[in-house]
Amino acid sequence: MRTFSYVRADDVDAALRAITDEPNAKFLGGGTNLVDLMREDIERPDTVVDITRLPLAEVEELPDGGVRIGALLRNSHLAAHPVIRSRYPMVAQAVLSGASGQLRNMATVGGNLMQRTRCLYFYDDAAACNKREPGSGCAAIGGFSRSHAVLGASASCAATHPSDLCVALAALDAIVELRSSRGTRRVPLVDFHRMPGDTPEIETVLADDELITAVELPPPPSGVSRYRKVRDRASYAFALVSVAAALDVQDGVVSSIRLALGGVGTKPWRAYQAERALLGAPATEESFRAAARAELADAVSLPHNEFKIRLAESTIVAVLRGMS
Amino acid sequence: MRVNGEPVVLDVPPQVSLLDGLRDRLGLTGPKKGCDQGACGACTVLADGERIVSCLALAVQYEGREITTIEGVASLPDGAALQREFIRRDGFQCGFCTSGQICSAIGMLAERDSDAPPTRDEIREGMSGNLCRCGAYNGIVDAIEEVAT
Amino acid sequence: MTAIGQAFDRVDGAIKTTGAAKFSADQTYPGLAHAALTHASTARGRITEIDTTDATRVPGVLAVITHHNAPKMKMPSVGLMPPVFGTTVVCLNTDEVHWDGQPVAVVVAETQEAARAAAARVRVSCSPLPSAVDFSTAEAKPQKNSMLQAGSARKGDALAALESAPVAVDREFTTPPHNHNAIEPHTTTAVWDGDRLTVHEPTQNIGGVRRTLSAAFGVPIDKIRVVSEHVGGGFGGKGLVWPGTILAVLAARVTGRPVRLVLTREGVYRTVGGRTPSVQRVAIGADREGRMTSLVHTSVTRVGRTGGGPEGVTIQSSHLYDARNILLRQNIAEVDLLANTFMRAPGEAIGTFALESTVDELAHELHMDPIDLRMRNEPTRDPIGDKPFTRRNLRAAYELGAKEFGWEQRTPQPRSMRDGQWLIGWGVATAFHPPVHLVANASLRFSTDGTALLRCGFHEMGMGAATAQAQITADALGIPFEAVRVEHGDSSLPAGPMAGGSNQTGSVAAAVHTLAPKLRRALGGEISVEALARKRKPYVEVSIGADSPLGRATGQARLMSKFLRDRRKGVRAVTGAQFCEVRVDADTGEIRVSRWVGAFDCGTVINPKTAASQLRGGIVLGIGAALSEETLVDPRTGRIMNPSLAEYHLPVHADVPEIDVHWLDEPDPTMPAGLLGVGEVGVTGAAAAVANAVFHATGKRVRDLPITLDKVV
Repeated sequence: MRTFSYVRADDVDAALRAITDEPNAKFLGGGTNLVDLMREDIERPDTVVDITRLPLAEVEELPDGGVRIGALLRNSHLAAHPVIRSRYPMVAQAVLSGASGQLRNMATVGGNLMQRTRCLYFYDDAAACNKREPGSGCAAIGGFSRSHAVLGASASCAATHPSDLCVALAALDAIVELRSSRGTRRVPLVDFHRMPGDTPEIETVLADDELITAVELPPPPSGVSRYRKVRDRASYAFALVSVAAALDVQDGVVSSIRLALGGVGTKPWRAYQAERALLGAPATEESFRAAARAELADAVSLPHNEFKIRLAESTIVAVLRGMS
Repeated sequence: MRVNGEPVVLDVPPQVSLLDGLRDRLGLTGPKKGCDQGACGACTVLADGERIVSCLALAVQYEGREITTIEGVASLPDGAALQREFIRRDGFQCGFCTSGQICSAIGMLAERDSDAPPTRDEIREGMSGNLCRCGAYNGIVDAIEEVAT
Repeated sequence: MTAIGQAFDRVDGAIKTTGAAKFSADQTYPGLAHAALTHASTARGRITEIDTTDATRVPGVLAVITHHNAPKMKMPSVGLMPPVFGTTVVCLNTDEVHWDGQPVAVVVAETQEAARAAAARVRVSCSPLPSAVDFSTAEAKPQKNSMLQAGSARKGDALAALESAPVAVDREFTTPPHNHNAIEPHTTTAVWDGDRLTVHEPTQNIGGVRRTLSAAFGVPIDKIRVVSEHVGGGFGGKGLVWPGTILAVLAARVTGRPVRLVLTREGVYRTVGGRTPSVQRVAIGADREGRMTSLVHTSVTRVGRTGGGPEGVTIQSSHLYDARNILLRQNIAEVDLLANTFMRAPGEAIGTFALESTVDELAHELHMDPIDLRMRNEPTRDPIGDKPFTRRNLRAAYELGAKEFGWEQRTPQPRSMRDGQWLIGWGVATAFHPPVHLVANASLRFSTDGTALLRCGFHEMGMGAATAQAQITADALGIPFEAVRVEHGDSSLPAGPMAGGSNQTGSVAAAVHTLAPKLRRALGGEISVEALARKRKPYVEVSIGADSPLGRATGQARLMSKFLRDRRKGVRAVTGAQFCEVRVDADTGEIRVSRWVGAFDCGTVINPKTAASQLRGGIVLGIGAALSEETLVDPRTGRIMNPSLAEYHLPVHADVPEIDVHWLDEPDPTMPAGLLGVGEVGVTGAAAAVANAVFHATGKRVRDLPITLDKVV
C-alpha cells in the first residue's frame, strides 16, 4: 500500500472540506473494498478521509411511509433493523446474502453503492483493463469471462457490479442523496451507476467532491418481495445471478411488479422490460418466462458466460413462481 | 484504544492495518494473517463486541475503540466455553484459523436476537466467513452448538 | 486399558485455542526486518531492465536485491531420491524468467508495510521468449518408468478386449489445476549468527529445508537449525522448498538482520506449485453380468519446464478391479508454468474421479447397482502384479457404509428422488490410497517422575501427530498417556520423516517400537520409577539414528532397504467406500452436498477423534474439488488469474454437511501397531461420489471438474 495521509471527519461539512482541499482524496467507510484495492495498488489516494464517525447511521421513518437510511449505517445494522426487516425484507435478505458476518459489520450502505467490480483482470495490474487503466484494452474479452455481464456490456468492458444491496435498492426505486459544498441533490439509484460505454472507469454519477449521505426508500410496493441469490458456493461468494422481486397478484393478474437483477448486468439491473411485460398479465409460469425472455432478449454473451442468460431466466421464473 | 481490557497506545502510520498493529506492534499474535484481503477470516477480532476482519481495518480508524483478540476472549460470555468445546469436539486441526473461528463464533452468537438455540444450518451460514482448509467444520459447528444450547 | 484407540483431546488444544501457539510468522527477534517479493509477469523472457529507484526511495527500505546484486547460490544436486526443492531456478541468480510469477526482486525494509510498498515499485522490463503455457494444446509424451512410479502397466490386451466386450463405456475426463491453500501462507523467519542459521518455517520436510539451504548458501548442514513446531496446514504445499524460503534467508544474509518474509496470498499462488490439471481416458469393457474384461486408464498431466513431477493418476486403477486385461499409461506435457507439486493424495485424488465415475456409468449401462458391480470385480490378489494385499476388506467397508447411509432405500433411476424443489441424488465411489512408509530417528527418555519424553523432528500440521505418538509411546512403555511428552518440529531433534504420503504416524511409530524395548533393556527389563532409581540417574535415554554425515547416510540406507522390503510384502493400501447425497435445485442447478458417509478399511485407528477429523478433512477437500475449486491459468499468458481466497472457492462452512465416518478397525499385519495413514484417503473417491450423485439427481453426467451449476442446468 502506498503511503497516504489520513483525515478523520467528525461532521459532514468537515468531510466535504477535506475532500475538496486535499489533493487526490477518497472517502473511507468500512474499508472492506477500498483498503483491499489500496493494498493491491489499484486505488492510490494520497489522502483518505475517514467518514465512519459521521452522524449518518440512522434509519429514519418518513411521513410518506418510506425510510431514510444514513449512508454510514453498517450493513449488519441495516439488515437487523426492525423497520427494514418487517417492511423491506428484500433489503435485509440482499444484505445478508452478501459477504460474511465480519464484513457486514464493517461495510456501510454508501460504500456498498461504491463497490468496484470483482473482474479478475481489473484486480490484476499486469492485465489490460479499461476500467483500471483507461485505453489499455480488456483482457477479460477472450479471457476468463464466466463472471461477466450479459446485459449492458460494451466493447470496452463487461464487468459486473458486485453489490447485492444495490439490486434490491434498484427494485425499490431508492433515491440516493448526494451532498457537496454546492448543495444537495437526489439521484434515483437506477441512474446512480453508469453503463460502461467507452468510459468504464467512470462508474457512477458521483462527483469527486460529493458525499453519499443517505439512501431513501419510498413506501414498500404492495404484495410480497424476495431476494434470491445464485452463486458458486452455498455462502460467501458473489452472485452469478440474483433476483430482487416484489410482486402483487390480484385475481390471478399481476397488479404490481418490481424486478431487478444482479450478477448479469454491468450495473444493478432494473428489469423494466420484464416489468412491462408482466403488468396486467396473468400470474402464470408462461407469463413469467415470457417476461424474463423479454428482458434478456438483448443479452450478449462472452465465451464463458452464456449460461447466465439461461440461469437468469430460470431464476426469475422460479422466484416469481414461488411468490405467486 | 483498549485491547483486551487494557488501555494501549498504538502509534502507527495510517496504512498499518489493525491486524498488523496488533501482531507486530502489540505482540498479540493470536489473530492470524491468512489472506490479508478479508477473504479467510483468520484475523477476526471483536471491536466493541462486534466481529470484524482486522486485516481490512486501518488501525487509525479504531482509535478509542475496545478491541478483543483471542488472547482476551476467555473473560467474555461464551469465550472460555467455546475454547473448551473447540478442544473437546476437535474443532480445529492445524490451529491456524482457530483464533478467528472462536472470535467469529462469539460475535455471531452475540448478533442473534432470538432466544432459541441456533440451528446447525444457521451456525454454518453465520460462520461461512471463516475458512478452514483442514476441514474441521463439523467439529466447529459441534462446539458452537454445544455452547449455544 | 490401552491408550491406542482412545479419543484423547489433542495435546496442543490449549495453546491453539488461546492464541498462544507460536507459528512461524509469530516469532519475534530484536531488529527483525521484513521482506517482500516482486514477481515477473511474463511467462518466459529475459529481464532487460529492472528499475529499483522508486523502491529504494520508500522510507524504511534497507535493501532491494535483484539478480544484479544478489550473491550466488546453488540448488542441491539431485541424487537418486526425488528433489526436495520445487524448482531448479535459482531466483535472483538469473536474468531469465521461466514462469509468470517468478520472483525477480526481494525488498527488505524496517516494516512489512514499507517492504510491500517498495516491492510494488520495482519496475521490471522483460523481452519475451517463446513459451508454451496452454495445457490443453501442449504436446504430451509417455512417462518413463522409474523406481518410484510406473509410467505404464499392462496385463493382457486391454484394447482388443475392449473392442470385443459385450458392454463398454469409454469416457474422457478433465480436472483443473488446484492449489493447496493452507490458511497459513508460506512464511520464513531467518536469522544468521555468523555462519549459523536459524530458520522458522512451516514445512512438511525439515530435512529438505536444511539440505536446500545448506547447498544454496554453502553452509554445513549442522550449522542450520530449522524450527517448525506448528504448521498452519500443508496438504503437500509445504513439502518442498520454494523460492520464498531461499530468498528470505538471502535477504537476512545481505542485510545482516533477522528477516521475516510472509508471502502474500498471491505470492503463494505465484511461487508455490499446485496440483496439475489432467485429461484422462477411462474405458471399461464387461460381460453382461458385469465381470470386467478390460480396463484402460490413461492420463495426461503437466510438469513445469523447471520442476515438478509426474502425477500417478492411474495408480489406483492397477489395484482396484480384477479386470482380465488392463492397460495403464501416463503421459506428461512440459509447459512454461510454475512447477506442479504434490497435493493431498496426488494421483488418486483425481484418478479416482475418472475411474469411479466410469464404473458408475458402466453400472448404469448394465442396470446394475454400482456397489454390486464393484463387488463382482473385487480382487483377492493384486490384479497386475499378483501380489497379496497386506489387508483388504473393502467388501466390509461397503457393507458398513451402505448400512449407515441407508443405501438400500435408493431408487436407481436418475431424477427419481425428489424433495420439493430439490432433486436428490445418491452416489457412491471407492476410496483408495497406498500410504508410504519412511524411517525416523528418535530418542526416548524415561525420567524419575515417571514420565517419558519422545523426541523426534516430525511435523505437526494438524494431523494430531503429537497426540497420536504420545498414545503409541504410552502403550509401548506401558505407562499412562498423560505421562508422555512429545517434542517435534525442530531439526535439533532426531530427524523425523517428511510428512507426506500418509507415512508419518506409521514411520514414527516404527521408531517408537524399536526404542521401547531398548529402553526397557536399558532399565534392566522393566519400565518403572523403581527400575530407574536403581540406576541412580535422573533419566535413561535411548535413541536411533544420528545427525552426522554417517548417520544421515545410514538413514538413507535404512530407507531404501525398507522401501524394497515393503514392496516385496505386497500391496498395502487404505480402501474405503464414500457415500454422498446431493441436492440439486431443479431451476438453477445449484448443488449442495447434504449428507456424507465414509467407511474405511484403514488399519488400527490410534485416536478416533483425530483420525475422524483427518478423514473428514480429506472429504471436505474432495467436496471442494468436486464442486468449486479451480485455479484459473490464462491460456494466453500462463498467468494465474484467481490468486486469492475470494476467487478460488474453497468450501465454506455452509458447503459442508455432517460427515459421518466409520472404520473397520482391523490392524494391518505389516505395520507398527497395525496402523495405516489416513491423511489422504479421505479425498480419494470423493469427487466421483459427488459426480455420481449429481448424475443420479439430474441424469446429467459431468466429466469435467468442478461441477459448477452451469454444467448441470
